[in-house]
Amino acid sequence: MVAQNIFFYLFAGAIVFSAFRVVTTNNVVHAALYLVAVLASVAAQYILLAAEFVAATQVLVYIGAIIVLFLFGIMLTRAKLGRDQDLTNRHWATGAGTALLLFGVMAYALVDQFHWKQTPLPADTRLLAVNGSNTATVSDSVFSTYLVPFEVVSVVLLAALVGAIVLARKD
Amino acid sequence: MDDLLLNQFLLLGAVLFCLGVYGVLARRNAVLVLMSIELILNAVNINLIAFGALWGSIAGSVFALFVIAIAAAEVGVGLAIVLLIYRNRRSVDLDDVAEMKG
Repeated sequence: MVAQNIFFYLFAGAIVFSAFRVVTTNNVVHAALYLVAVLASVAAQYILLAAEFVAATQVLVYIGAIIVLFLFGIMLTRAKLGRDQDLTNRHWATGAGTALLLFGVMAYALVDQFHWKQTPLPADTRLLAVNGSNTATVSDSVFSTYLVPFEVVSVVLLAALVGAIVLARKD
Repeated sequence: MDDLLLNQFLLLGAVLFCLGVYGVLARRNAVLVLMSIELILNAVNINLIAFGALWGSIAGSVFALFVIAIAAAEVGVGLAIVLLIYRNRRSVDLDDVAEMKG
């Protein structure tokens, strides 16, 4: 249990630091690379929560595909490589105030509603498992209970990809 | 300080969500705004998985998978739109895209 807590705080620190750098760094490519650190640490948190299939999907889809798309976007829009002082707009202080206010409200609501230290997660990481692994449960559930939403999501993905091709095509 | 607590994950999600909101509001480069939206979606996913683990339900994991799929679609279309903006005006500075401002 102590080991779980140590790793939670380790990866939480990595997430907060890297996410802060994503939104504050002056270098577009560095922002994409810090985003990789955030996504990998979030995948580690999923493993701590015994959701290993989602963690694997996070690594494959986010780090493998979406980051590459972002790097292509940076390249194709010819963003200035290296430091660029113009990445943050004049009203950043208003944005910071809004974010801090939002965090204050959310932190108050969370601590007030889910009283501190009174909602322990299931200690047994196999609690979710039916066939010995979370992955089997997820796949059973996706192809039975959530079959219609799953098919709808695949059609949405197809439509989005066709739309992206139509938008980005040169003619 | 021995068990993992739900509050830990919810507060982590809240911090990540607020950093993403700050990025959406403060960044000028459209690609960086899309990256901040990814931070927000990841914060939501942490919350979904944490609640799924709390209630011993698989629905949290399934919804997180759906969110990941929708995020992939959103990034594809979003970057295509950014590319189109760049092609039309040689810049992805969001402060310049203000034709519809009242």
